[in-house]
Amino acid sequence: MRKIKKTGDQGLLSIYYTAGYPTLDSTVTIAKKLEESGADFLEIGFPYSDPVADGPTIQHSSEVALKNGMTVEILFEQLKELRKHVTIPVFLMGYVNPLLQYGVERFCADCKKVGIDGIIVPDLPMYEYEELYKDTFEKNDVANIFIVTPQTSEERIRKIDKLSNSFIYLLSSNATTGTELNVGDTTTAYFQRIKDMQLANPIAIGFGISNKQSFEQATSFATGAIIGTAFVKLLTKDNYLDEIPNFIKSIKG
Amino acid sequence: MSKYQVNEKGYYGQFGGAYIPEMLYPNVEELRQKYLDIIQEPSFQEEFNQLLRDYVGRPSPLYYAGRLSEKYGSKIYLKREDLNHTGAHKINNTIGQILLAQRLGKKRIIAETGAGQHGVATATVCALKGLECVVYMGAIDIERQAPNVARMKMMGAQVVPAQSGSKTLKDATNEALRDWINNPVDTHYIIGSVVGPHPYPDMVARFQSIISEETKKQLLEKTGKSNPDYAIACVGGGSNAAGMFYHFVDEESVKLIAVEAAGLGVDSGESAATTALGKEGVLHGSRSLLMQTSDGQVIEPYSISAGLDYPGIGPQHAWLFKSGRGNYVSVTDKEAMEAGLLLTRLEGIIPAIESAHALAYLEKMDLKPDDTVVICLSGRGDKDLDNYMKYFGF
Repeated sequence: MRKIKKTGDQGLLSIYYTAGYPTLDSTVTIAKKLEESGADFLEIGFPYSDPVADGPTIQHSSEVALKNGMTVEILFEQLKELRKHVTIPVFLMGYVNPLLQYGVERFCADCKKVGIDGIIVPDLPMYEYEELYKDTFEKNDVANIFIVTPQTSEERIRKIDKLSNSFIYLLSSNATTGTELNVGDTTTAYFQRIKDMQLANPIAIGFGISNKQSFEQATSFATGAIIGTAFVKLLTKDNYLDEIPNFIKSIKG
Repeated sequence: MSKYQVNEKGYYGQFGGAYIPEMLYPNVEELRQKYLDIIQEPSFQEEFNQLLRDYVGRPSPLYYAGRLSEKYGSKIYLKREDLNHTGAHKINNTIGQILLAQRLGKKRIIAETGAGQHGVATATVCALKGLECVVYMGAIDIERQAPNVARMKMMGAQVVPAQSGSKTLKDATNEALRDWINNPVDTHYIIGSVVGPHPYPDMVARFQSIISEETKKQLLEKTGKSNPDYAIACVGGGSNAAGMFYHFVDEESVKLIAVEAAGLGVDSGESAATTALGKEGVLHGSRSLLMQTSDGQVIEPYSISAGLDYPGIGPQHAWLFKSGRGNYVSVTDKEAMEAGLLLTRLEGIIPAIESAHALAYLEKMDLKPDDTVVICLSGRGDKDLDNYMKYFGF
């Protein structure tokens, strides 16, 4: 498993995009371009018909990806090429039903085979992970990434920290994807509260990070920050591959 | 402890649970921790029962359908949920949940609706209690169900079109869940069926259990026996069936028959017969049976009845089916429409097309003169007049 280091690594930029969007075979090409342009780790979404945690932009990208014919099976087929081109940590993100239908054991084994470092499944309950799947994940050296929101209790955050071995996905607000970051005192106080908890795992802040300002604000409290919606919007442009270096530069430069 | 009711972890057999993103965890956890205590409080029970009696008009009659009985050669009773205020069983649940929401200190109510019956029932209780109400409804359903949209708006609800996916019930549910994620503190989500993450399936079934509770008493008064031989109800998500079955699930002598919508036929590709076509999966927060592709993408269901075209069923139904306790069957659009017309002609009652599915199964049964059958007449057919008119050319 490629690790995101808590100390030493600062200001890491992660990019989320949906597999099979904008075209069925764009997945690995985009990953390669993102690494070349300076992204530090990646989250590739496997599409689902009913993505309740996502706002309109990512939801639409999933719909298009499904229409393009993307499936979990095809995604793993494409990802066989991934590690020929990409060295940074790569995570898959998606919903529990496609994961269950593919089979958790098979999914984790395929992740190991193609070099995926972890999985983010927002609607996989913690109890079910602990009871049924933890051993499978660990056996395949695949991390399970948990999400923390402003409403998550300290007790639960401590438990999540214990169960994690890669990074913790900190939501900037209790919201679906694509909601603007609130840069007010409440958000700052929340980020500071989490920072002060001195968790063992690195933190990456996501949801509402869309530009240099919000990226810098987030990474002043956390190891990294994740951009999803703003990047998926870029993919609607015809020359999106050419635009990727400028996009990354506009955030990290 | 009944093996057919929810266990302490929120499961019915292997079905149920709470498959929700972390953003919903605090809301759902708050409900889980408080719902039983709140709904068992004497002051809650008193207000709930008073409203069911004086506002909804309960108990609803258990009507001996003489001419229908004669046709099928047995004793058929109709549990008249169609006589409730707002015209269906949905109000039993929304009354319960609005009282719960008030006690949780919530100021804003959201709901999803397909045909509009649950949306109307939610808008009604919000007007009654003076709470803000937002109802998500598929854009296509909004076009198809104009009178119910108008009812909701008259009662002060905001009706928000769901533009994603197939623009029907499933997508309205997704939008309502998104709203709840974005409004985690002041909002309560009134789910309209026995679906969703635990504790919703159990909570909704408890509010709907008034149907079987009354049926038992009324049947005893009328026949000297409190249990029928058959209890029949239609199943989309399954809330009226959950209510009809509730006090009978442990009475093994009572045969439970759940009628799904086969649409144009189970194998036609245009169907909503979940137990016939579905596989185990997770949708809208619980593990149940689900119509889906081999890749785990949800398949759009079809039924002439807007209240039954849901791609899943509640987790308790999945368990009753899997364990063999319930008999899950289906009837086509055509069979349902004809059964609806038959009831109208024989008894002067126009049933909702949903309820007509339950009635249609009578044709397929081998009934004996001594058999007592109770059918949940879950709603009235006023909302379906357009459909009946088109279908029969009236």
